[in-house]
Amino acid sequence: MTGSLWRLMLRALTSPSGRLGAVIIALLTLFVFVAPWLLPDPSAMPDLMAGAVPPGAGHPFGTDQLNRDVLSRVVSGGQISLSVAGLAVLLAVTLGALVGGLAGFYGGWLDSALMRMVDGALAIPRLFLLLLLVAVWEQMPLGALVLVLGATGWFATSRIVRGEVLRLREAEFVLAATALGAGPGRIILRHLLPNVAGPILVAATLGVGDVILLEAGLSYLGIGVRPPTPSWGGMILDARPLLTTAPWTSIFPGLAIATTVLAVNLLGDALRGALDPRSA
Amino acid sequence: MSTPLLEVRDLVKHYKATGFLARKSPPVRAVDGVSFTVGKGETLGLVGESGCGKSTVGRTILRLQDATAGSVAFEGKDFFALQAAALRQARQRLQIIFQDPYSSLNPRMTIGDAIAEGMEIHRLAPRGEIPARVARLLEEVGLDPDYSTRYPHEFSGGQRQRIGIARALAVEPAFIVCDEPVSALDVSVQAQVLNLLADLQARRGISYLFIAHDLAVVRQIAHRVAVMYLGRIVETGPTEDVLARPAHPYTKALLSAVPVPDPNTQRLRIVLPGDPPSPSNPPSGCAFHPRCPHPAKDARCTTERPLLHQIGAAQVACHHAGTAP
Amino acid sequence: MTPLLEVEDLRITFPTRHGTSHPVDGVSFSVARGELLALVGESGCGKSLTSLALLRLVPPPGQIQPGSAIRLDGTDVLGLGPEELRSIRGRRIGMIFQDPMTSLNPVFTIADQIGESVRAHQKVSKRAARARALELLQEVGIPDPTQRLDVYPHQMSGGMRQRVMIAIALASEPEMLIADEPTTALDVTVQAQILELLDGLRAARGMAVLLITHDLGIVAGRADRVAVMYAGRLVEEAATAELFARPSHPYTKGLLASVPRITGAVTRLTPIAGTVPAPTAWPAGCRFHPRCPAALPRCATDDPPALPVGNAHRMRCWLAEAGRA
Repeated sequence: MTGSLWRLMLRALTSPSGRLGAVIIALLTLFVFVAPWLLPDPSAMPDLMAGAVPPGAGHPFGTDQLNRDVLSRVVSGGQISLSVAGLAVLLAVTLGALVGGLAGFYGGWLDSALMRMVDGALAIPRLFLLLLLVAVWEQMPLGALVLVLGATGWFATSRIVRGEVLRLREAEFVLAATALGAGPGRIILRHLLPNVAGPILVAATLGVGDVILLEAGLSYLGIGVRPPTPSWGGMILDARPLLTTAPWTSIFPGLAIATTVLAVNLLGDALRGALDPRSA
Repeated sequence: MSTPLLEVRDLVKHYKATGFLARKSPPVRAVDGVSFTVGKGETLGLVGESGCGKSTVGRTILRLQDATAGSVAFEGKDFFALQAAALRQARQRLQIIFQDPYSSLNPRMTIGDAIAEGMEIHRLAPRGEIPARVARLLEEVGLDPDYSTRYPHEFSGGQRQRIGIARALAVEPAFIVCDEPVSALDVSVQAQVLNLLADLQARRGISYLFIAHDLAVVRQIAHRVAVMYLGRIVETGPTEDVLARPAHPYTKALLSAVPVPDPNTQRLRIVLPGDPPSPSNPPSGCAFHPRCPHPAKDARCTTERPLLHQIGAAQVACHHAGTAP
Repeated sequence: MTPLLEVEDLRITFPTRHGTSHPVDGVSFSVARGELLALVGESGCGKSLTSLALLRLVPPPGQIQPGSAIRLDGTDVLGLGPEELRSIRGRRIGMIFQDPMTSLNPVFTIADQIGESVRAHQKVSKRAARARALELLQEVGIPDPTQRLDVYPHQMSGGMRQRVMIAIALASEPEMLIADEPTTALDVTVQAQILELLDGLRAARGMAVLLITHDLGIVAGRADRVAVMYAGRLVEEAATAELFARPSHPYTKGLLASVPRITGAVTRLTPIAGTVPAPTAWPAGCRFHPRCPAALPRCATDDPPALPVGNAHRMRCWLAEAGRA
C-alpha cells in the first residue's frame, strides 16, 4: 500500500507543475518549522514608539505597527495555519474514508442513510456552517477549530471513496478473494482500501488548500485563530488599518497564503493526473 | 456412477429491476431453472451467447451472488444451507478463474501475496513454508518462481491468467468454475492456457465447470457439454455426441457459426435471424421459437415450453428434435 | 493496372517513457479493386494501427515516419492537405470498427447519423438524405427500417449497431471498406449475420475490403489474399487457398496449430511458446526467433527480408532461402 502511494507520488513528480508544487511545499514547511530558531522572537518586547518599519536590513519583511518582525510573524503564523490545515484534513479524510467505505461496502439502507446525510450537509455552504458554529461557541480554542474544520470537510471525500468502493466491490479480484473465503475485514483492509488510497491522497492534497483559505478567511473575520496566536488571516486583519501606509504588513502574509494554496493545488492536480491511467 | 461431486438442481436467479418505477417492470430471468451434475475429475462445458446466463450460473453456485431458488449439493452436502463461517470454510474446495486477466488481480498486491492469501485464510501451511509453496505453484502453472515479488501490471494477459490459476490452486480445490478463462487471450496464448488446465486436471483430478461461448474451445476441454439459451439448458450430453449430432436447432446454428480456419471445409451454414431476446421479456413457449429455423416449427412451440428429454446420448429441450434435420 | 491501394514501407513510431516504440515497422502491401485482403495477427502486432494510418488517423503522439508511402489510386495520401484528405476519408474509403457502441454518437438518431454521412458527400436536401438513409438501412438488412430511423443507438443491439455503422460507411459509395475486427465484440450467431452481410455487399458493389482480424477462421473461405502480421511487420503473404494449404512461416504454422478445431479428432494443441515482445524492444534478427521452433543460428542476428516461397507467396523467414519451408 505504501509502496503504491510512493509510486503515485513519484509519477506526479514527473510533471513540471507537480514538481514545482512539491518543491514549494517542502521549502515552505521546512522554513516555517526551522526558521523560528534563527529569527527574532515575534512576541519579543515590542518597541511601540518605532511603529511600522518598511522592509530593510534587520527586518526583510519590515515590522508591523507594534514593531514586531513581519517575517517572524509570517513564520509562526505559518506554523499555526499549516498545522491547522494538516490536522483538519487528516481528520476529514479519515472520516470520509470511513463513511464512504461503510456506505459503499455494505450498501442497502446504511448506504442510503449515510449518503442522504452527506447530500444534506453538502447543500449547506461550509462557510455558513462554520460561521454558525463559531457564533454559538464564541471563544473556540484552537483544537476545537481543527475539529470543526475537519468535521465539515469530509463530505466530498466520502462520496469519492463510496464511488470507488462500489466500483471495486464488483471487481473480479474482490470476487476471487470472497471465493477464497476472505471475510469483510480482510476484503476492506487488503483489497479495497489500498486501491482507494490514491484518490484519497488526491482529495487530501486539494483539501489542504481549501482549509488554508477557509482558516485564513475565518481568522480575517476575527473568529478563527484568535490573537495573540499569530495566523496569516489574522495578520491581514491586524494590518487592515495600515493598508495604505504600511502595505508590507498585509502583502507578505497574503503572499504566503497564495503561494501555499497554489503549490498545494499544483501538486494535487499532478497527483490526480498521475492517478488517471489514461495520462500514463 | 455414485454421487456426483457437484449437483445443481433447478437453479434460478432473477434480478429485480431497481430504480424509479421498478416495481412495474418484470424481473430479469438471468437463470431460469438449470440443473446439471459434475463428476469428480470431469469437465462440464457450459456454452451460450452473451446474456444467456452462463456466467450467472457459475457465480450463483459459488454463492458469489445469492440464488433466487434451487439447490447446490457439493460432495453430498447442501452448499446453499451453510452459514457465513461454515461457508468461508467450505470455499476452500470450490474456486473460480475469471475471464478478464486485468481485473481479476488486485493491482496493489504482489502476485506472491495474492497466491498466498488463500493459504493464509485457511491456514494451510505454517507462515515459514508459504514462500516455498508459492514458488512451487508458480512453477506448476509455468511461471518463474522468482516473479512472486512483482505486481500484476508487470505481466501479460496470459501470464496473469496463469497467476489466477495458481491463486485458485493454492487452496487445493476439488472443483473450479472457469468463467471464460481464455476468451480474452490471443489464440497462441489461449492454447497454452487450455493445455495447462488439461494438465492440472490430469495431475490433480480437479473438476471444472468450463463456461465459454466458443464451441471449439469447449470441444477441446470438456467431457460433457450443456448449451444454454436465455437462462435454460436447451441441450446437454457427452461433448462428442452433441457436437457430432446436434439435435436442438440452436445447437446446430451455434455449431455452424463457428469460424473454421480451413477453406476446404464444406459446412452447412445456418445464419439465424435476429438477436437473442431479452431475458426480462422472454418469448412464450420455447424461448428460441422467434429465431428457430426448424421446418416443423408449429403453434405448440409458441405456447408450450419444451422440457429436456432423452434423444440418443443427449438430452434436448425441443418439441421437434429428432423429427426432421 | 495500378492497385487501388498501395502501402510501402509504412513505419509508425510513438515516443514513450521507455524509449521510442515501433508498433508498425516497415509494412508493405497492396489491395486491388474489388479485392478482399485480410490482415491477420494477434493483439499488439500493429494491424489496427496500420489500418488507421491509411486514413491518417494515427492517434497522437504517434507519427508516420518519412519514407512511408500510402497511395490511393496513385495519389499520395500522406502528402494531402486537410481538404483533400476529407475527400478520401469516409468518401473513397469507409471504415468500421470493433465497437459499434462507441463509434456511434449516443445523442443523435440513426437517421441523423446516416443522413449526415450522406450529406457530407452529396449536396442533397434533408428529406432526400433521410430517404437515402432508409434505403441504406434496407440494404444492410435492418428489419422494420422505417421504425428504426428515429431510434437512438442505445436502443439497438450490438449487431444492429454494427449494421448501422456499415450503412454509414456505405453512404458515400466508397471504393474501399476498412473493417477493423468488425465482429469481435459480437456473439457468434450475430457474427455470422454480419459476415454474411459483408460478403453480400462486396459482391453487389464490387467494393475492395481490408479486413483486420485476429481470427483465421473468418478469413478462410472469405478473403482473396491473406497477410499475416507479427511484431510490426508482415511475415507471410499469399492467396487464401495457398496460405491455408501451405502455411510456411513458423508463426503462421504456430497460429494454425493453436486454434481448437470443431471437426476432426481432438488432439493436444500446440501453442507458440512464450509471449509477444514489446514494441519498444523488438528482438534483433528475425523478430520471431526467440519463440520459433525452427530457428537457425543466423535468425538471431540477421533480419530476413520478404522471400518468395511459391506463386505470389512470400514470407520473412530464412527457411525460404534454405528451401526447407
